[in-house]
Amino acid sequence: MMKNRFLRDFINKRKIEIAIGLVFFIMMIVFIIANPVVFLNYRVYMAVFTTLPILIILSTSMVFVIASGEIDLSFPSIIGISAWAFAIIAKAGVNPFLALIVAIIVGSFCGFLNSLLITNLGLSSLVLTLGMNFLLRGLIMIITGGKGISLAFLRNTEIFSIFTDKIGIFPIQMLWAIGFVMINWFLFYRHKFGGHVCYIGDNLMSAREMGISVNKVMVSTFVLMGASSGFVGVLLCLINNQFWPTTGDGYLLIVLAATFLGGTPTWGGIGTIFGAIMGSLILGFLETGIISSGLTGFYTKFFFGLILILALISHRFAGLNKKGK
Amino acid sequence: MSEKMNFLMEAKGVNKSFGSINALEEVNLEIGYNEIVGLIGDNGAGKSTLIKILTGVHSADSGELYWKGQKLNKLTVSLARDLGIVTVFQDRALSGQHPIWRNIFMGKELTNRWGFTNIRKEKEETLKLMKGMMGFTSSAISPDNIVGSMSGGEQQGVAISRALYFEASLIMLDEPTNGLSLTETQKVFDFVQTIKKKKKSCIFISHNLFHIYPIADRIVIVDRGKIVQNLAKNELTLDELQKRMFEIVGADSFKIKNTN
Ligand SMILES: Nc1ncnc2c1ncn2[C@@H]1O[C@H](COP(=O)(O)OP(=O)(O)O)[C@@H](O)[C@H]1O
Ligand SMILES: [Mg+2]
Repeated sequence: MMKNRFLRDFINKRKIEIAIGLVFFIMMIVFIIANPVVFLNYRVYMAVFTTLPILIILSTSMVFVIASGEIDLSFPSIIGISAWAFAIIAKAGVNPFLALIVAIIVGSFCGFLNSLLITNLGLSSLVLTLGMNFLLRGLIMIITGGKGISLAFLRNTEIFSIFTDKIGIFPIQMLWAIGFVMINWFLFYRHKFGGHVCYIGDNLMSAREMGISVNKVMVSTFVLMGASSGFVGVLLCLINNQFWPTTGDGYLLIVLAATFLGGTPTWGGIGTIFGAIMGSLILGFLETGIISSGLTGFYTKFFFGLILILALISHRFAGLNKKGK
Repeated sequence: MSEKMNFLMEAKGVNKSFGSINALEEVNLEIGYNEIVGLIGDNGAGKSTLIKILTGVHSADSGELYWKGQKLNKLTVSLARDLGIVTVFQDRALSGQHPIWRNIFMGKELTNRWGFTNIRKEKEETLKLMKGMMGFTSSAISPDNIVGSMSGGEQQGVAISRALYFEASLIMLDEPTNGLSLTETQKVFDFVQTIKKKKKSCIFISHNLFHIYPIADRIVIVDRGKIVQNLAKNELTLDELQKRMFEIVGADSFKIKNTN
């Protein structure tokens, strides 16, 4: 009896998470049935785990920004500029760990700049970060003249083996992603910071009236997003052994899709870290699954779109609608 | 010097405008120790704005604030809360998508020194508060209930209980009886009586004279950003007060006709 009630409460409170978890589960079963040879073998999982960390790190950090009622569209270029900083510093023969720290600082600084303009000038985060995304990418293009930097010399060095090597068959970056996600999870659910982020997104005036330092919290969410982008920039350099001026491009829509797919609503005030992880897993496996099911790559975008729309509809049926009414 | 110490809180020459609207003009207000101040005035008179200045939500354009005779240079909401100023804002200051327990501790979470929240404790305290002060006896309502899905009266109950939970020396209630049933309204009045008994101070805002008169020690009438009356209750009867109110409102509407 008691247990039943506990279970019912749990299901009620975690509807969205359960729904998105089920979607992932069913999708994987379909893939296994469609192509057991590929999907019952560990190789496909290890292949997906190579780049999945990028998506997970970015989408779980994005949860904070969106829950606070804002958005950040500039992170792809922040990844790019941090990656560039890492590449030139490492190339110059400086300790690559120092280069990593600089990259994270560069990323954080860009996030800080975003937040300053948003809080102090009251700019729209949507338009500002859109502009920032063009501006920073343009800056990278101007500085590099469109040329990449080879980082092949970092292969099998210490930094490589710590961040992007494999333990047996398992990509190490996945462990970093898990650690990162755990920090984000604790910050979001167990630290007052996560609460403050949500109160601001829910009702800005209420948050002010209850003494929450709105500006400080906003700065922190954008700096978190910037720092995550900086770290991802370095990971991408190490995974590809190369800096491209386009590094980070192409993550914009997929990261937002993973966050929304997971059940973090667009209107702010609430969010789900678990959902963002599930969203990332779904999108991460979808492409591989489609191709190995015998369909051409042309189908990928079609299914990305389809699953996003279906998820949105399912959120509505799971009771997710604006302002908890 | 010692004169100032006679008041718990004091506002001197406060001005506040929003664009071209002068919400407050040269407002002086003293709140004594263990005094219930009834603030009354028409909609848009500036009552809420005054409360928001006294609680650090807005900063005044000019003027001074004193707390126990000490000048407050920069009053922020968190400083006000630390001083023991607790407020039930007119808009209730709730987060609609969050459960009751989170709303109770919003901005004043029970945390360890690293800022991690003690969720269990917060829920336990909320449950105690609900069973005691809020008077939610039904088991259908739990600390996990989402505030946005509760009735207006219940939401007001959450806002008031939150104010009660924290140790306060000055409690500000901005139209707390709005949207409440008769019994709920009576509960709010009882609560103001306990404030008085506990030797705390209170600012009670209403635009209903009959709500203010029985509980207030002093009655302050605000009209278009100015304090036009400030009298101890024993200086005038309800009838006289009603007449004054009518005079002010009547005179003002007359003025409007003339200037237009
Ligand atoms: N944040 C704000 N921005 C612009 N005008 C405001 C704001 N808050 C209050 N006002 C204006 O100030 C005046 C006083 O409002 P308020 O203090 O809420 O009155 P009351 O609480 O007495 O009904 C009104 O004319 C109102 O429109
Ligand atoms: Mg008001």
